Amino acid sequence: MSDSSEKFNISIDGIECEANAGELIITACDNAGVHIPRFCYHPRMKPVGMCRMCLVEVSGPRGMSLAPSCYLQVAPGMEIVTDSEKVKKAQDGVLEFLLINHPLDCPVCDKGGECPLQDQTLAYGPGESRFVESKRHWAKPIPLSDLILLDRERCIQCGRCIRFAEEIAGDPMIDFMSRGETIEVNIFEENKFTSYYSGNTVQICPVGALTATPYRFASRPWDLEQVESTCMSCANGCRMVVQSSQDKLIRNLGIDSDPVNQSWLCDKGRFGFTANQSDLRVTVPLASNEEVSWKSAIDFVADAIKQAVDSTGPESVAIIGGSRLTNEDAYCWSKFARSVIGTDSVDAQLGDGLAPELVLGLPKATIDQACKAPLVVLVGPDIREEAPILFLRLKDAATNGQTKLIEVTPNATSLSKYATQSLFHRPGEQHVVISALVSPQELKPPTQGAPIQPVAGVDVDDITLARKLIQENKDAVFIVGRPSMADSEEILTESVSQVVANMSEAKFLTLLRRANTHGALDSGLAPGCLPGRTTLDLGKEHFTKIWGKVPATKGSSCTEILQKASRSELKVLILLGADPIKDFPSKKLALSAINSDTKIVSITAHMNDSAKLSDVVLPATMFGEKAGTTTNFEGRVSSLGKKVTAPGQSWDDWAIAVTLAMRLGGDLGFNSLEDISEEMEKYVPLYRNLKPHIWESSAQKDGIVLPITGESVKPRWIDPIATPGISSLTHHRVALRDSNDNTLELDTGKTSEFQVLRFEPHQGDLKIPTLDAYSLRLMAPRRLYDAGTHDGPASATEELPSILNLNHYDLDRIGASTGDRVKVVSSTGEHVSKVALDDSIAKGTALIWFNLKANGDEIGASDLIGVGELVTDIRLEAI
Amino acid sequence: MSIPKIVTSRLGFDDSFTMDRYIKTGGYQALRKALKAKPEEIREEVTTSNLLGRGGAGFETGRKWSMLRPNPVRYLVVNGDESEPATFKDRMLIERDPHQLVEGTLIAAYAIQATQAFIFIRGEFALGLERVINAVNEAYEYGAIGENIFGSGFSIDLVVHPGAGAYICGEETALIESLEGKRGFPRIKPPFFPAAIGLYGDPTVVNNVETMSNMPWIVNNGGAAFASLGEGRSTGTRLFALSGHVNQPGNYEVEMSKSTFRDLIYNPEYGGGVRRNNQVKAIIPGGASAPWFGPDQLDLALDQDAVAKAGSMLGSGSIIVMDEETCMVRAAWRIARFFHRESCGQCTPCREGSGWIDRIMRRIEDGYGREEDLDLLMDACDNIAPGVSWPPAQTTICVLGPSIPSSVAWSIRMFRDEYLIHIKEGGCPFR
Repeated sequence: MSDSSEKFNISIDGIECEANAGELIITACDNAGVHIPRFCYHPRMKPVGMCRMCLVEVSGPRGMSLAPSCYLQVAPGMEIVTDSEKVKKAQDGVLEFLLINHPLDCPVCDKGGECPLQDQTLAYGPGESRFVESKRHWAKPIPLSDLILLDRERCIQCGRCIRFAEEIAGDPMIDFMSRGETIEVNIFEENKFTSYYSGNTVQICPVGALTATPYRFASRPWDLEQVESTCMSCANGCRMVVQSSQDKLIRNLGIDSDPVNQSWLCDKGRFGFTANQSDLRVTVPLASNEEVSWKSAIDFVADAIKQAVDSTGPESVAIIGGSRLTNEDAYCWSKFARSVIGTDSVDAQLGDGLAPELVLGLPKATIDQACKAPLVVLVGPDIREEAPILFLRLKDAATNGQTKLIEVTPNATSLSKYATQSLFHRPGEQHVVISALVSPQELKPPTQGAPIQPVAGVDVDDITLARKLIQENKDAVFIVGRPSMADSEEILTESVSQVVANMSEAKFLTLLRRANTHGALDSGLAPGCLPGRTTLDLGKEHFTKIWGKVPATKGSSCTEILQKASRSELKVLILLGADPIKDFPSKKLALSAINSDTKIVSITAHMNDSAKLSDVVLPATMFGEKAGTTTNFEGRVSSLGKKVTAPGQSWDDWAIAVTLAMRLGGDLGFNSLEDISEEMEKYVPLYRNLKPHIWESSAQKDGIVLPITGESVKPRWIDPIATPGISSLTHHRVALRDSNDNTLELDTGKTSEFQVLRFEPHQGDLKIPTLDAYSLRLMAPRRLYDAGTHDGPASATEELPSILNLNHYDLDRIGASTGDRVKVVSSTGEHVSKVALDDSIAKGTALIWFNLKANGDEIGASDLIGVGELVTDIRLEAI
Repeated sequence: MSIPKIVTSRLGFDDSFTMDRYIKTGGYQALRKALKAKPEEIREEVTTSNLLGRGGAGFETGRKWSMLRPNPVRYLVVNGDESEPATFKDRMLIERDPHQLVEGTLIAAYAIQATQAFIFIRGEFALGLERVINAVNEAYEYGAIGENIFGSGFSIDLVVHPGAGAYICGEETALIESLEGKRGFPRIKPPFFPAAIGLYGDPTVVNNVETMSNMPWIVNNGGAAFASLGEGRSTGTRLFALSGHVNQPGNYEVEMSKSTFRDLIYNPEYGGGVRRNNQVKAIIPGGASAPWFGPDQLDLALDQDAVAKAGSMLGSGSIIVMDEETCMVRAAWRIARFFHRESCGQCTPCREGSGWIDRIMRRIEDGYGREEDLDLLMDACDNIAPGVSWPPAQTTICVLGPSIPSSVAWSIRMFRDEYLIHIKEGGCPFR
């Protein structure tokens, strides 16, 4: 609670112990191993003292008296008694009161068996009820959203859900209604609880009042098996417990990992396991959409690769994708591509990410460092749509911490209301704003006394204030990501160059969207890169020694690969869980590449648009079905748990690479996952010390930021009632210590056998075309839910149409109103689309969400975006 | 012996609520006088007067003011959310002498150097709201509120805020929440005592309507004159709302400590005796949350400390008299039901306990009681207010919780036989 390091003695049940100034009594007792029962208290939220379960006797000016331990702070010499008759009587009384109106339908309640009310009644409550009146009755359950149901009879009015929604998520969509005995949690009439974070309320509900449809009546807690894992819905890498029953994934619960997700999950991650059971799963190998055996499929692919290499050289084989893979998969594929095929044309990203030199070569900040930094500068997209839990962390830092936030974005984001300064710039001119903020020269008027013109549409006063903050905080953390698919990644690279050139102490958090993009890049799945955050040039010698051979020259990026395919210069294109038709910014190029003579091999868990057009489709295992490790956008490695058997004939991606290599006469030297991690640990300095004994220690619970150092994490107790359902996890943890509490030996060795990549600022000379008066500049940001195969059920299911959004000025200018159809023309294509009014969009710009499914009259942004253009300008014509 | 009428001096006039009458009877002279003095001199006078808060807790007003945290922003909030059954003294002051309330509020605001003042009035007081709002508007026109009052350099705005029908908003921290536009949930304290962290997080004084109405007299006559009335800590006069089975129910201003409950009930100037010359069976000396007294305690002085020593309180200044024809079970149940309906629902013991007790009480009154219900009631009371003693211990955030046992537990202690008759005879003998 407090940063004060002052310590003093208190006594708990007659035993002297040390407590920190500013600490709550309940925390001091938890630290001393004395459990105080509680319902409303949650260590991640402000105390409210409502349930009165945590009453203890506390010494005060008027002697010992009952006081709630959840909001009183310890004081020097304080005596606390938690087990006196008086305390027991109060606990017994509160539980009896809680139970009089509780339905006691435990045998049919989903919480039964992992219920804090059940558990604490057993431990602290009355044996029998003295209540003979009729209980309170409510209509039940009532839907708070399509996903979350509320049973008001079971509710004990602790307010955890309400406080979570308002305090943590910033979505105050549920609240108490009425008062006294008839007080109830509810939504405001027809406004549903459409929060990205709604599932957390189910996890923290201390009774079975809140349930989510996927788990409702699906299992009993004692029938669940669980494994610790890491969410792969986005690149935040939230720690979670994956639970299954009868070999079927059934529930995910967030683990309280202090540096990462602090027990929260977004709904996309929490309910993402439904994708494992999707009808779109590919379960058998397919050739020309017909089922074939694995042998003939492998033969087909191996022959195609061999033919291509023999006739037109290894660079006529290319690989796109890799963010779905584990680190071990990615390493294996990287080795396969470089040493067996001999191609360097591998790219884990689809032209929609960040330049590898940014991800691998910039000085890194962790989430914690960002949240403790005096200043965070967000350069890019709406974080809630890209990494929802990072949004929660930043919102918390900006509202409860000392962190000031500046955002440099094309339009308002979910963080805008928490930001100190919001600089909304013209799309595509982000680097101009960044330059004005970080360069040593202040803005000057063109001539003495003349007014200074706005910078890329941003008011000069706003620039001046933000500039001052940045100049005062040279150690600011920059969170950088792609704001829109309609402008080139070069713009962001240019912005970062400006920052690096002017602020040597700045640190960066590179906002990647897909789960293990960082791990794939770390493994060298990018043209010109090799495992361990190095380049082909820097690491060639080292990897030639261990792999036998590596390509001589840098290969093609995703865009170049697709261009080559569309010109029929490519013979084989392997899609590693990638769907360029949906995800590549320009659909026109992706379609022409996939439809070309190039043989397309899709290795995927789900049938997608690109797989449908592929020559061969190989079924792969996915999250929950395979073990390994993943790396989040901080560069933090954490473990993935294998919980269920993959459906049909799905293989792990590494095994596919190994088999293909064998068939091509190569031997990757891997017979198991362990073989791969051993080689990575042994030969790639980045992974040094990532050995099994480190993983088996408690260090791995929060994941480990690479490279590993001896820095330890404080032992921390996890409140089992804060996250009911995963109480069987180890509660005490010490980083880098084994189970006998011995400090683990770290092999310090040589720091590096080769040089790693460093980002070098380059003097960019981007010529952003001037927006002419007849055109609008296009923004194409991405939303969290993208109608993709990994989208589970959501309460935020408000179906957004994929149409053109304009502000009223531009709408008037073309004489249209919401719902009208207009012709949209870009240099790449033209379409007819409906238009809609959105006044949060600046004059002269238009917005189409990039990743929403376009139906009927709707338009996909990727239809308008060209290749190699810095920005996308469109014209509208009335029909 | 003539006792000065301190807060009820204008109530004899039909037009007591008008600016006209107020000015004619010396209105706003006290404010002019106060503004010429230094704020600390006014605070000194109030401290000298030893005026005890008239809202219920009876805390020294001067001391409350002195606890204000230094801050550029300070608020004065006047609590006019009088909502307890049989408590109606503030209502009369609000309806019949609104200018006195406004003037008192302004004096207090000046004394504590408040930057903004609020009068929170119970929403159901339609007439009172209308009259206070009129009074505030007239005072603005008269120059008594607003910028540079009477040329003194002191400026303040006064906002009248209607409540929305919740008794709990009479609890000062719930009132502050309500004033902030939030749900009327009392705040947890510590750390949130209003003097430190009050309205909008700034230091705030919350004073009762009657407390404010005493201000003009104290400024005009001096704190010492006020302190010379009454005895000990209980100084000045106090307005009592006398109700129940007396011949002349109503509000009576009496000098503190000098009269007894018996005087108030039987004096022809006040209650004028019990109806049909019946005997007094029980009285509730200080509002619905006060423990009951029997006829043996009628000779207690109307003195805060004396009543507290005897095990109850003068509380909200409401005295309810019940004669021998009254069913004690029903009377206690009615009060229990009130608290059940008015619990805010935050704390488990109060939210659930109040409803449970209400249901058991009703069952007994209806003739379905069991002998073990009496122990059950006492134990339920004990779980809300451990020990069921006075002053009460509490397991809840605010004092609404421990108010529940006052009628139930004390009526069981005093009239156990009557409960047993209900149980044995299967119904209420008084119906």
